[in-house]
Parts: sequence; C-alpha cells; structure tokens
Amino acid sequence: MTATAAPAPAAPETPTPRGVAQSRSLFDREILAQSLRDSFFKLDPRVQIKNPVMFVVAVGTVVTFIEAVAKPTFFSWAITVWLFLTVIFANFAEAMAEGRGKAQADTLRRMRSETEARRLLPDGGEQRCPASELSKGDLVVCEAGDVIPSDGDIIEGIASVDESAITGESAPVIRESGGDRSAVTGGTRVLSDRLVVRITAERGQTFLDRMIGLVEGANRQKTPNELALTILLAVLTIVFIPVVVSLDPFGHFSAIVSGAKGTGTVDVVILVALLVCLIPTTIGALLSAIGIAGMDRLVQRNVLAMSGRAVEAAGDVQTLLLDKTGTITLGNRMASKFIPVGGHSEQELASAAQLASLADETPEGRSIVVLAKERFAIRERQLEGSHEFVAFTAQTRMSGLDLDGRRIRKGAAEAVKRWVAEQGGTPPDELDGVVETVSKAGSTPLVVADGRTVLGVIELKDVVKQGIREKFDQMRQMGIRTVMITGDNPLTAAAIAQEAGVDDYLAEATPEAKMALIKAEQEGGKLVAMTGDGTNDAPALAQADVGVAMNTGTTAAKEAGNMVDLDSNPTKLIDVVEIGKQLLITRGALTTFSIANDVAKYFAIIPALFAATYPQLNTLNVMKLHSPTSAVLSAVIFNALVIIALVPLALRGVRFRAAGASAILRRNVWIYGIGGLIVPFIFIKLIDLVLVALHAY
Amino acid sequence: MLVVALGITWRYLGSYMAGVFEGRVRYLAWAERPFYRVLGTSPEQEQTWKRYAGSLVIFSAVFLGFGYLLLRVQGSLPLNPQHMGQVTPALSLNTITSFVTNTNWQNYAGETTMSYFSQIGVLTVQQFVSAAVGIAVAIALVRGFSRRNSSTIGNFWVDTTRCLLYILLPISFIAGIILVGEGAVMTLAGPVTVHDALNGVTQTIPRGPAGFMGSIMQLGTNGGGFFNANLAHPLENPTAITNLLYIWLTLSIPFALTYTFGKMVGSIRHGAALLAAMAIIFGVWVGFTVYAEHTNNPAVAAAGVHSTVGNTEGKEVRFGDTSSALFNISMTHTSDGAVDSATDSYTPMGGFGPLSGMMLGEVTPGGVGSGLYTILVYAVIAVFIGGLMIGRTPEYLGKKIQAREVKLAGVAALVMPVTVVVLTAVAASLHAGRAGPLNSGPHGFTEILYALTSQGNNNGSAMAGLSGNTAFYNVVGAIAMLLGRFAIIIPALALAGTLAAKQTVPAGLGTFRTDNGMFVGLTIGVIIIVGGLTFFPALSLGPIVEQLSHGKFW
Amino acid sequence: MVTHIRRSIISILIITAVFGFIYMLAGTGISQLAFRHQANGSITPNGSTLIGQDWSATKCPGHPQGSCVFHGRPDATGPYAAVVCSSNARNCTPSSGGDNPLVANNVSGSSGATNLGPRSQTLLNNTRQLVSYWRSLGVEHPTPDLVTTSGSGLDPDITPQDAIVQIPMVAAATGVAPSELQTLIREQTHSAQFGFLGSPDINVLQLNEALARLK
Repeated sequence: MTATAAPAPAAPETPTPRGVAQSRSLFDREILAQSLRDSFFKLDPRVQIKNPVMFVVAVGTVVTFIEAVAKPTFFSWAITVWLFLTVIFANFAEAMAEGRGKAQADTLRRMRSETEARRLLPDGGEQRCPASELSKGDLVVCEAGDVIPSDGDIIEGIASVDESAITGESAPVIRESGGDRSAVTGGTRVLSDRLVVRITAERGQTFLDRMIGLVEGANRQKTPNELALTILLAVLTIVFIPVVVSLDPFGHFSAIVSGAKGTGTVDVVILVALLVCLIPTTIGALLSAIGIAGMDRLVQRNVLAMSGRAVEAAGDVQTLLLDKTGTITLGNRMASKFIPVGGHSEQELASAAQLASLADETPEGRSIVVLAKERFAIRERQLEGSHEFVAFTAQTRMSGLDLDGRRIRKGAAEAVKRWVAEQGGTPPDELDGVVETVSKAGSTPLVVADGRTVLGVIELKDVVKQGIREKFDQMRQMGIRTVMITGDNPLTAAAIAQEAGVDDYLAEATPEAKMALIKAEQEGGKLVAMTGDGTNDAPALAQADVGVAMNTGTTAAKEAGNMVDLDSNPTKLIDVVEIGKQLLITRGALTTFSIANDVAKYFAIIPALFAATYPQLNTLNVMKLHSPTSAVLSAVIFNALVIIALVPLALRGVRFRAAGASAILRRNVWIYGIGGLIVPFIFIKLIDLVLVALHAY
Repeated sequence: MLVVALGITWRYLGSYMAGVFEGRVRYLAWAERPFYRVLGTSPEQEQTWKRYAGSLVIFSAVFLGFGYLLLRVQGSLPLNPQHMGQVTPALSLNTITSFVTNTNWQNYAGETTMSYFSQIGVLTVQQFVSAAVGIAVAIALVRGFSRRNSSTIGNFWVDTTRCLLYILLPISFIAGIILVGEGAVMTLAGPVTVHDALNGVTQTIPRGPAGFMGSIMQLGTNGGGFFNANLAHPLENPTAITNLLYIWLTLSIPFALTYTFGKMVGSIRHGAALLAAMAIIFGVWVGFTVYAEHTNNPAVAAAGVHSTVGNTEGKEVRFGDTSSALFNISMTHTSDGAVDSATDSYTPMGGFGPLSGMMLGEVTPGGVGSGLYTILVYAVIAVFIGGLMIGRTPEYLGKKIQAREVKLAGVAALVMPVTVVVLTAVAASLHAGRAGPLNSGPHGFTEILYALTSQGNNNGSAMAGLSGNTAFYNVVGAIAMLLGRFAIIIPALALAGTLAAKQTVPAGLGTFRTDNGMFVGLTIGVIIIVGGLTFFPALSLGPIVEQLSHGKFW
Repeated sequence: MVTHIRRSIISILIITAVFGFIYMLAGTGISQLAFRHQANGSITPNGSTLIGQDWSATKCPGHPQGSCVFHGRPDATGPYAAVVCSSNARNCTPSSGGDNPLVANNVSGSSGATNLGPRSQTLLNNTRQLVSYWRSLGVEHPTPDLVTTSGSGLDPDITPQDAIVQIPMVAAATGVAPSELQTLIREQTHSAQFGFLGSPDINVLQLNEALARLK
C-alpha cells in the first residue's frame, strides 16, 4: 500500500440506490425459488433439532419410511410422503421469511465490499484502502461522488449526502461537523463538497454490517417470548409421545379383554400419523417464520431493530414518551389570532405585524403574513423608501423593521416590554393578562410594538397533528400511557397535552428529567419506549426498554437505542408498538389454532385406530370418513396443507386492530380458537371426499 | 343448601385462612410458640423456595419411613383388640405412600387389616399432615404472586403448624362430634357380636374410631376411610345428613382457598375467577354424572328389571342416585377419593364422570392446597396463551410469565398425564398388571386406567374390582403417587420462588384481564384441552367404547 | 439437611401424639359421653340398626324360608352368595360380607360392593338369578333395589316401594292382611331428612320388629 495523493478515481460502481426498505412482494418469484431450494437444505438434522416439534415429525417420517420400505402399501407410502412434505413445508415457511431479508442483505453486502476509502495519514498524506480495513479512530476524506466508507463523525466540512442507500429517501440531507448532524453512515454518498470523517465503528461493526446481520437474521437468537413458547410447544410434544406410544399396549390389552379377533396391534404408521397430527405442528412449523417476518415488517417500515427482544418489548410497552415537536405537533407554530391592546384596532395590529414579518422567512413569520392576508386582505407590500430589517437574535429576542422612522418590533413579551420601556413608553396594564391567557391556552404570545406603543399580541399556535388524538385514544384503549415531552413551560405544555389528548406531559424537559421519568416508570414495573436523536438523549435511550433513535441523530444516540428509524419520523414509535403486538398475537393465535385442531384429528383417527377391536367406535367417526386409512391420510394431509395455507398469515401477521385487551382477546379466541375447532372438521372431510373421488380408495 | 353452605365457607373460611397464614390470627400462639422453639425456628425465619421444598421433602420422607416401620410392626404394638398381624412390605409401602401423598388409596380392608394403633397413629396423623403440607404449598405459591422482589416464600414449618392448629384441628373436631351424633361409630372397644332373635342371625360388627377419622379424612381431602366400604359403610356414613356433611367438609377448603388466594394477592375477583372456573367444570360434571346414573344399569335392564330410579347397583338406599353421584364427583374432583357407592358399578358414562374428573388434574376444586396450586399452574399456561393473543408478554397478577415460568408450569402439568399413561401402559402389558381387573371387556381396561389415574392424581378413589393388593400394583401405585405428589409440588414451589423474586407490573387497559369471564373460559379451556387431549384415546378404549357397545356383555 | 431431619423427627413425635392419639382419645371421650348409643354402633337388642341383616334364612313354618319377613337388599352371602360366587370364585369370600360385616355365621368378610361393571355378564346372570329367586318367593316384580347389591353390602334400608312389592309374599306367609302391611310400611317410613335430604326410606330391622309385634 503506497501513500499517494492521486486524484480520486471514478466512483466505484455502487448498486442502484435503494433503501433496505425497498419493498418486495411477499411472494417474489426469485424468493420463492430460493426458498424452495432452502427447504431441502434445512433438512439437515443439525438444523431440525433446533425445533423440537418439527424434529419429532422428521423422526416420524424416517420411521414410516422404514415401515413403508419393509411393508410397502399405498397407505404407508402416502403417509410417508405427506409427513415428508410437512417437514418441507415448515422449512419452506422459514425460508420464505428469511428470503426477503437475504435478498436485501445481498444488496447491502455488495455496497460494502466495493467501497474504497481514502485514509488520511498523520503526515497529511492520503492512502487508499478497502473500506473493510478501516479501524476506529482513522480519519478519511470523502469528496463529492465518494461513498462514505464507514460510520463516523464529521470533524471538518459540510456537505450534502445522499442517504438513499440506507433510508430509501432520495432527497439529500445536509451533514456538517459539530452538533447533532455530524454523524454519517457508511454506504451513503457525498454529493457535494468535502468532508473529513473520523471513523467511529470498529471493523465489521459498522451500521451497515449490523444491518446486514439483522435483515439476514444470521445470528438470530430466540427471543425470550419465543423461547417460552418453544418450551410450551416442547411440553405439548413430549406429553403426546407417551400418549401415542401407550396406545399399542392399550390396543393389545383391549383385544384380550374384549375377546375380539386379532392381537390388537396398532399399525406403527397410524401411530406416527396420530402423533404428528397431535403435536402442535402448525405453530411449530411457523414459529420461527413469524419471528423473522416480524423483524422484516419493521424493516419494511424503515425501522431497524437491533434485536428481536426489542421488538417483543415494543409490544409490552406501557408508557410512550413522545417528543412534542414533530410527533404531536407539526413542529411549526402558526399565527392564529391578533389580539389588540390599548384601544388599538385589530387591523392596525395586523398591519404592523405583517410589516414586521415581511422579511421573516421562518414558518412562524410566514404564517403571520398569511394570517394578515386572510383576515384583513393586507397584501404583501413592496416596501418603498428607506427601510431596514432587524433580524432576530438570541440576545434581543425580537425582530422587526425600521421603516421611514417607524420602528416596528415583534418578539417575546418580556423583550418587547423592556424595549418599549427603554424608549420611554408604558405597556398597557392589560398586556400581561393577554399574554398569560395566550400562554395558558398553549400558544406562544408575540408582542408587537410600534415605537413606544404596544399594539397587541399575536397568538402563535402550536398546531397539533391531525388524527393524533384518535391515535392516542387507541393507545389508551390498548393500555398504553402517552407522555408528551416538551421544552415548553408547564402552562403551554398542559394546554397542548389537553388538546392532543396525551395522558401526561413533562414540561421544561431536560435530559435529566427525561431520564428520571423513565426510571420512575420502570420502578413501577412499566416498560417505556421513547424516541430521541441528540447526544444528550443517549442515556435515556439506553435506559428505555425500547429506544428508537432517529437516523438523522448522532452516533451516540444511535448506539444507545435498540432501534433506528431510518425515516427519522418520531410518530413511527406507535407503529413499532403495533408491530410488536402483532408479532405476539400471531404466535398466540396460531398456537391456539394448532391446539384446537387436535380435536377434529382425534375424531378422524381414533375410530380408525381400533377399528378391528372395537368396530362400535365408528360412532365417533362423526365426519363419516370413507375408511380408517382414508381418515388417517386425510388428517395428515390436512395437517401438512394447513401449514402452507397459513404461511401468508405468518409472514404478514394477524391483522391488528387497536382495541382493548378484552376485545382483542375475544376476537382472537373466536377466530382461532373456535375457528380452529371447526375448520379441520370441514377440511378433513373435503380431503377425504377428494381422495375417494381420485379413486385412491 | 350445599351451595349456600359452600358460599358461606368460601367467604369466611377463605378470609380466616388468609388471616392464619398472614399471621393475623393468633389465638393459639401459646401452643405455636413452644413448638417452634423446640424445632428451632420461628415465623420470622423465612425460607427460600429451595429450603422450603427441602424441608417439605425431608419431612415427608421421614414420615414415610416412620409410618412404614409402624405398619410393619403393628402386631407388636398396643391398641390391637383384633390381633391384626403385620402388614406386608409391599402393602405397607403402598399404604404409607398413599397417606403421605394425600392419596389414601387403600389396597387393604381397614376392618380386617389395620389395628387401632395404625389407624390412629399412622393413618389419621397423615390425614392431618398431608393436608397441611398441601395447603402450605398452595400458600407458598400464592405468596409467589403476592410478593415482589422477595427471595423467600414463607416458612414451611410455620405454615404447616398453623394449618394444623388453626384450620384442620378445630373444624374436624366439631364435625367429628356431629358425625357421631348422627350415628357414626366412635369407640376403641373392638368388635361387638349381636344376635337377632327374629331371623337367627349372629353378626360380629367391627367398630372403631371411625367418626373422627371420617371428619379429618374428608376435611383434608384424604378419603381413606376406616372401613373397606369407605363412606358407603353405614357406621361411618349413617345418614343423608352425614353424607352431605362429608361433601361439605371435602369441598370447603379447596373452594375457600380461592378466596384466600384472592385476599392474599389483594384481589378477591381473581380468587372468584378461579372459583368460577372450578365451579363451572364441577357443576357440569355433576349434572352429567347425575344424569348418567339416572339411566338404567345395562346389565340389570337386560335382566328385565327396569328402573325408574336409575342405577341402584352399588348404591345405598339412604343416599339414592343423585346424592351418590354428587358425592362421587365431589370426591374425584377433589383429591379425596372417598366413595359412598361403588364406582365400578356405575353406568359407563357415570363412571366416565369421576374418571375424567381426576384426569383434569383435580383442580375443580382439587385437593386441599393441591387444587389451588395445580389450577394456578394451569392458569399460568392459560395466561401465557391468552396473553400472547392480545400481543403482550403475558402477565398474571402483574408477574410476567416468561420462559422459566412456562417451563415450570409445563413440567408440573406434564407429570401427571405422562405418569398415568405410562404406568397404565406398563400395567396393561405385564401379566401381573393384566391379572388385576375383576371385569372383562372395556371395563377391565377402565379399572386399570382408573386405578393409575387415581393414584397418579393422589385421589384414592377406586373402581374396587381391581385386585390392587399385589406386589405389582402396590409398587406401581406407590411410584404413581410419589410422582403425582412431589413432581408437581417441587416445580410449584420453584414457580413460587421465581415469581416472588419478580417485579410486579401494574395492570392497565392493555393487560390481559385475569379476573373476568374470558379468563375463566380460557382456563377451563386449557384444563379440558390438556386433560381431554391426553386421555381421549385411553378413555375411548374404556368408558366411551363401553357406552357405545349396545347390547354387548363381557 | 441435618436441621431438616432433626426438625422432622421432633415434629413427627409431637404431631403423632397430638393429632393422632390426643385427637382421637378426646374424640372418643366426648363421643362416649355425649352420644354413647351412636358411638358404640347403634346397637339394639336385635342388632345394629345401621347394619343390614340376612333375612333370607328366617324360618317360616309352613312357608318358604324367608317369606314371612321383609327383606333388605341382597348381598354376597345367604341365598345371594351362590349368585356372586358362581362366576367369580376369587371375589367370593373376601369382599361383600354383605349382611355380615365382619364375621357372621362363621364366614369371614369385610364390607364392600360386588364391583361388577355395568356390562358385566356376571352381573347380568346374577340379576337374572335374583329375579327368579324373588319370583320363587312370590314377588313378581322385584324392584331394582331388591336385585342389586349396595355399596357397602350392609345397606340397612329399603325404599317404601321395595317393601310394598314384598307385601304379597309377607301377607301369604304371615296371614296379616295386605292393607295392614300397607299401614305398617307407611308408619315405618322415615321421610327425607329435613324434608329434602335423601329420599324416604325404611329400616328393615325396625320394620320386621314392628311386623313381629303385629303378629
């Protein structure tokens, strides 16, 4: 490697910019094909053993296979094939869930491997090296057209950066050194100017690397809840093994005591079939697919969860901390009212306010101009004569206009009052009252003065987002407490909280106060979710059970949180909670469905099992299935097909409606519990009819 | 009347028991304190779940050994007016295991096998102790729910002592007096010989301290009677009133413990929810069985005798069909197992009632203590599945149900069905086992299944046609009883330990409600599905096929 | 561990003393003081009113054995013994001592039921034989109670209907008018306890004592 100062080579071929979130159809042809192949690779016993339920099915398949080879009959071969298909279907479901993530990971991986870095050497020289060789603390230079090789903080320069590769958002964003916008992500591309970046990620630990790992599910570990469910399924599997195995001695003994002809031996193939039908194969087959798909759904919404645990925790969240600005309110305050004081007319006030705001390009300023036009048709005037705009500064806390000797100012009440007083004017007594009223209503008062005269107050209203109230009502129904976090004073905060319908608010919030609030909630046993972007949010993000960092935020924030929202949209927190819930609901619903299915299968198989010893058991054959063997085969076929039929549900998740726990439960018990009881009766009968129609029997 | 009486007991006995275990009821402290001093413990010395379980297991083991010895040497001990000989080793093992585990399975005929010394010093003592141990475990598990961030779950010695002193002793003593007043025999004078001049019959009537044994055997859901015929015997269960009193004694504590539970966790509604789940299943089964017993006995009907009063075979006139069926369901849905009529001679579906009742794990309402801790295990599973369905990591009474809890509850729920099914398969395979049943046909299978279900559930009810006093059934039964008791108690205590250590999550609108009808339904669903799915094949080879065999006799 | 064992042994001794012997001795004492008759087994000059007896061997001069008294429920001894023992010898002796709770007529046995299942061929045969037995005594339509055994084998009671069907038999053997027997049965019928517990029943021993007085 030689140090050169050679000009930058042509930018490496990067794949078409596309965010991870680039959505693909659930049943993309390419993914389907790949999944089918993977279904067979997953037959490896080392893979199978991780899923106790499906492992039992696989072992059962081997047993029936041996039996079928030893005593070949149509029935034993048919059962063997369908059991094999059951295993394949389960593998397929998992492969499908992984498929989309894998495809996305491939795209990302290509992006990573082809990037070349320009490393700054201590002597000021530059060195080219592959991005993968950068380590933490290295300085790299990126100029227009370069792909930023790794994650880091800008220490020099300002540039527009195309982050579409990560976020899918095509509009470039501005990144600059210092402040909360200094973080850059490896894989994004500098569009203009030049940046010096200090690498903050260890080798192989970059955001891109983690993202690849996540979407691919490479090191996917079972989440706590998934683990608990796996144990329950294992219990349900273990209990049925002796139940089924014992049927052989039971059968023998029954033949003896009943004096029936024959030995009462139960066909091994039927026993295996019964076992497979009884153990919770439906949920067992789909369990990991549900988990992967849940993560994937988050990715579809441009949220990266650093662990499945975080997704589950999201479903459990009881307290949501939401930043006011951008989440609850539009973020811009709008002028909503002119309140004249001291006998001045409203129009007078409006006119002065409009003049003072002409040069004010902030959204607040624009909104004053707009309001004046709406209320009194005061048009934007071309200013003639000598005029000078006075810009807002943090010291004066006012802005305005000097025009032909008139000095018009608008600004914070205290500042304007002092300014008027300095000129020898006296603010009218009623002013304080008006200012307070406006504040109490949750709005911001701007006082307008013309020289020594105070004309009145402009009410700047914080506009609450449309539909947010309904959203919070839903949250409340779901048992989630929403807390608004704002820097506003308590009066303003209370008013906005009231209007938006949040349950509580934290006014004049400091990072410390935020942290204290989280801890207090957690002490009470609650799970807390929050969003944040600034470095000072990092401790709170780390403390919260679900911390969603904005992608625009600092590296520190992103590392502290357990999710990153690539769209940097704080409202997304609500979606995250819903996805978490949906994930758990899907598991619960399919577990219930799976267990409820057993009833019908019993009615299909038990009469068949002991037909020789006790023909009178055929009374239990309520479905009137054609023959004992067709009954067993129908049950096994149903058992296999139901897995495939439920793959889309597993991948999309059970439909989630924000409602109270009781309502959700009632609905799901009806659909998946009662439905799970009834559906198999219908379909096993249908399959039996089809088998007969096909002359299989 | 029974319902009213149970309602009153539920409210007041339940509340009283909570007071006892929370140490608020202390009028017998003068008796408690010296006992603790001798033991070297005190109510303040709380135990972790491991020490609690350790105390319990060793206490039971020592009692087991001690009782075994006494039975083996009963011939040389006093209070033996009939000069009963030693009890055989296999029978001693089965009997003492049976009483220590609250099963009270009896492979012996009391009046011809056991001396007064054994009946009093071994069997009656165990009827007190095994009941107290069961209740102690339930209370420990309740503490698991009511405490937060706690490493201890109570003191085994204190819980057991308080239960014995404050709950079992007074109630059984008073009930004993009522029973004797109604005609139950209570003497140590030995058998009496009488002669009837009207018919020339000379009878030697066995007697003994049956009345006071009867009261504790029922109050502690033990069920091991003084006589072979158990509570069908007129000298232990002389009238319809005593029959009802026995039912009340049996059901009172198991039902009332749900109130105690509600009170201790601070939500009576939660206790009521469990009560509802228990009562609904119980009521349905009573109705079903009463109905079944009001049909003709197939064999009697086939002999040309058609009954308008139902199946009278094996039932006493003074109780009648309804009372007998109610009694039988009460005893098999608790861990009592006493009988006032011959279950073996019930109609197929009438026998299905008690058998399936035991197969549900005896939680409706179950044995003293064991009913509560077992239904809590089922409730944990119900909460887990139900909680998932609303999209939350499930929690019960604010305790998150996670992998460890599911594992412990799973093991506890798994033990009984696996034990019963495996041991029944063993019995049905071996010659020694196949020789047991009196009846042939599916009923013979039912007898074996019933015996192992009963012992695996620590019930003690029997289809008495099975010749159980053989080396094989004595030993297999002992294994079933030990597993059915301790393999559930230990995970239940572990569950108590892990729950007590947990933080409590406050309930909100999004919390899965565990005190309403939906939860009751879900718990019932889990109980029925777990029991039903595991035992349906076996049941189909027993009572179900027997019911379907119209006109067939074996 | 050692502590546990020490505590276990101490408590066993104390508990056995208190909850075994003291409890039972106190119970016996109180019972003997307060309810001496009941506590000793409700013994009357002709036997215990709580223990059924075998009436089938009653000598009735000039009439078939047992026809001059009312019978209780059948059991495994007496004329019924052959019935149960015929098909299952193993179960004959030890269980279903029937009217003879411990030792009666020199046959040893303990209380208990036949335990025959509802689809038992043996039960079917037994019942058929019992029906013929009753017919031989002049009871044309024996009630279910009269052809089935009880749970203890010691059932001291029958229902009024069970007694009424025996009227022709008893009337023929004793010469007491059927209407008088009707009255007797009515008098001897105990109504349900508190009016609703159990059903009306008749103590066979007391019924026969009353019959003897009538004669």
